[in-house]
Amino acid sequence: MPENLAGLDTFPKLLMHHARVRPQRPAIREKDLGIWQTWTWHRFADEVRAMACGLAEHGFKRGDHLALVGDNRPRIYAAMCAAQCLGGIPVPLYQDAVAAEMAYPIQNASITHAIAEDQEQVDKLLEILPQCASLERIYYDDPRGLRHYGQRQLMGCDALLELGRETFRRDPAFLEAEIAKGSGEDTAAMFFTSGTTGVPKGVVLTHASLIDRARAAAEMEGLGDADVVLAYLPPAWIGQNIFSYAQPFVTGYCICCPESSETVMSDMREIGPTYYFAPPRVLEALLTQVSIRMEDASALKRALYRYFMEVARRTGGALLDGKPVSAADRLLYRLGDLLVYGPLRNVLGMSRVRVAYTAGEAIGPDLFRFYRSIGINLKQLYGSTETSVFVCVQPNGQVKADTVGPAVKGVELSFTPERELLIRSPGLFKEYYKNPAATAEAKDAQGWFHTGDAGYFDADGHVKIIDRVKDVGKLADGSLFAPKYLENKLKFFPYVKEAVAFGHGRDRVCAFINMDMDAVGNWAEKRNLPYAGYVDLASRDEVYALVRDCIEKVNADLAGETELAASQIHRYLILHKQLEADDGELTRTAKVRRRHVGEKYATLVDALYGGARSVHVEAQVRYEDGRTGSISADLKIRDAKTFAPAAAKKAA
Amino acid sequence: MQGAAGSEAGAPPMSEGARRVGEVILAVEGVSLSFGGVKALTNVSFDVREHEVRAIIGPNGAGKSSMLNVINGVYHPQQGKIRYLGREFRDMDSHEVAQSGIARTFQSLALFKGMTVLDNIMAGRNLKMRTNMLLQALRIGPALREELEHREAVERIIDFLEIQAYRKVPVGRLPYGLQKRVDLARALAMEPRMLLLDEPMAGMNMEEKQDMCRFILDVNDQFGTTIVLIEHDMGVVMDISDRVVVLDYGKKIGDGTPGEIRANQAVIDAYLGVSH
Repeated sequence: MPENLAGLDTFPKLLMHHARVRPQRPAIREKDLGIWQTWTWHRFADEVRAMACGLAEHGFKRGDHLALVGDNRPRIYAAMCAAQCLGGIPVPLYQDAVAAEMAYPIQNASITHAIAEDQEQVDKLLEILPQCASLERIYYDDPRGLRHYGQRQLMGCDALLELGRETFRRDPAFLEAEIAKGSGEDTAAMFFTSGTTGVPKGVVLTHASLIDRARAAAEMEGLGDADVVLAYLPPAWIGQNIFSYAQPFVTGYCICCPESSETVMSDMREIGPTYYFAPPRVLEALLTQVSIRMEDASALKRALYRYFMEVARRTGGALLDGKPVSAADRLLYRLGDLLVYGPLRNVLGMSRVRVAYTAGEAIGPDLFRFYRSIGINLKQLYGSTETSVFVCVQPNGQVKADTVGPAVKGVELSFTPERELLIRSPGLFKEYYKNPAATAEAKDAQGWFHTGDAGYFDADGHVKIIDRVKDVGKLADGSLFAPKYLENKLKFFPYVKEAVAFGHGRDRVCAFINMDMDAVGNWAEKRNLPYAGYVDLASRDEVYALVRDCIEKVNADLAGETELAASQIHRYLILHKQLEADDGELTRTAKVRRRHVGEKYATLVDALYGGARSVHVEAQVRYEDGRTGSISADLKIRDAKTFAPAAAKKAA
Repeated sequence: MQGAAGSEAGAPPMSEGARRVGEVILAVEGVSLSFGGVKALTNVSFDVREHEVRAIIGPNGAGKSSMLNVINGVYHPQQGKIRYLGREFRDMDSHEVAQSGIARTFQSLALFKGMTVLDNIMAGRNLKMRTNMLLQALRIGPALREELEHREAVERIIDFLEIQAYRKVPVGRLPYGLQKRVDLARALAMEPRMLLLDEPMAGMNMEEKQDMCRFILDVNDQFGTTIVLIEHDMGVVMDISDRVVVLDYGKKIGDGTPGEIRANQAVIDAYLGVSH
């Protein structure tokens, strides 16, 4: 990057820089009333100034925490920077968390001021107000439905901005001085980890670490102010924060906020982002949609799709990596690009994507190759909240399905004898907020961060992650059991939404399957299979047979792998309900909480290992509004064929 | 719905003053309606005040929809009169009704199934359009400007009812709950002074019902629209209405606040049956 950003060691300083250098370039777009509205960097800085002055007028000062509760909205990001201008610390919270989950962070950080997106979020904050005595002010962005709320804590963002503008007019030097007081070593933001285990921890990150990592990756990928990103994941998640706050601030690129969470697909098509991030789950859902729609297409289209996807599988990845490909294949691929891949990229909204990342979980190799084969430069990266995301990234031309790539510039890696990955990087977190014990446990005296992930370096120096250290187990006969590895293999089938494998300390592996309602529903419709709803469909013998086929394919696969041949799945059942974050079965980032599921459904696990043919289950479900209900069902348990390792080898 | 009113959250419920319930704008006096020998309504009287949510409830066949159709000008009562905004009608003409600011939704949806959500709602703006059809067809001059204005109004409604994701989807392809929302959107597009809702929650699941309740309250609150709704789900009605009329076999058997209705013996008997 030619731009000289030296000395700009905090986000507010970077913002003011962009407002000077590229005042008319777009900073944030948001679709409102069906039309994309643009905030230029000039306008962005303007809003931030007003909001910061308003907050200061309301007693928000250096070191205070500002809670941000809402989806991706320009105002949420403006508020983030406004807090930083004053030396305060923004704390984004997951907007879909239930009220009770918000109480802990607010109490923990003694949060005094909060910005809420709309009535829904205001209601949640008001609900926990009695437990959160520190909370003095709640500002809302969208006033709809809030006109008659009489709480003294409440105020609209518009009024706050008004107040701020006035203050700024009176004393413009105040804010400049406040911004100048900030330094890179100050805390920039605090993110609460999703809490796979125990209470959430507030991860404290400084301006220096966030800016360093954001810049290292931006330089590596050559990002500039012409790039465009769609901000569609929760702002409380560090990844979204890096892509829609830290990186635009170091490069000057534009972020776009979708109209609503349901319009992401069409908004993405309209915007055509050039830089894209999606967790494997989203990529999987997109592919499932494509597969379903292809099944509904005419015979000619299906044949074309099948033929050219085969061509793409052979040549697409190699072309993207710049490896040699025969002239005939090149020509075929060109034709396929015209007929299939181009239109497909367009439907996915990925026509302009230059760099796409996936992370958060291991991605199925076939899923990964699918995107690369149609010409989307999808790469894996590795990182976490504690590391300001960028630890490993696959460089162009060195992309593999089963690794997360080598260390990014500035990062040191090492493994313990137990195969736990250790990291030392300028992007490391400062501490867990008010939790020195946890900090000491995660970050040792030499500054190594213990990730809890198990893995190793492959022959090319790429890091390969297999599972969490604590989840890697052993079967009763001592052979390796990596549950996530199995689950990921199962989840690649469109019919399997989620899988939970059990086997540690047992003589064999059994699994819960969560069917994908869209895919299986469509499949059932095609076969004129009537069903009354989720529970009914999940208990159909036909669906059990469908799932068994998937499991047996995985088993055949596993039989070929020397270390994991013993992990073949012997028995399975299909769960009567979707695993839900609201029921505590998934984390807010939608990862299965395996241990919790195992405990909650202990009777089912026992039945799997007990040899029964069916089991009765009664489960509490929690609806979005907080009410609870119960579902009861008789679940069938079925066996899957397993393969002798040698036989499978012969077959292959 | 509780969340929407904020009362669950320890917030003070909307004060009476804030709700601005005003003068009587519609009064039904002694209306009787019969189809041949079947008496649908017998001497029914009640009134509706400006800005309130007024519910008409009753068991199946109590005459609720007939009552709405009388107000709406679809049915013409044999006896009684209706006063709306100071004017007195023996019976009302449905076109006149629409022009005087009364919009309605239907129990059995009456949307244009093949048209998109956007076009359906645009159709609701019909009464507000001033330019002639020729100009509109050519989309020139004032017609284009006008279409932009209407489109903006429609977009506000789309935003209000959170149906952005379905703008371009033909209505026939939407699930029932969403179609109901589009029906409401089209009625709102008229910017009505009074909105008649015929069983807005019928056939919906719990979540859809709650959404609909929230939208009804929001419409009432945001635009000050007077709302008359028919519903047989008692729970829903009691939560969102200011006053309730109860009909049974075409007769009025109760009228008052939800609290009063709950305590009304005649209503309890009608709903739960009486042992003789």
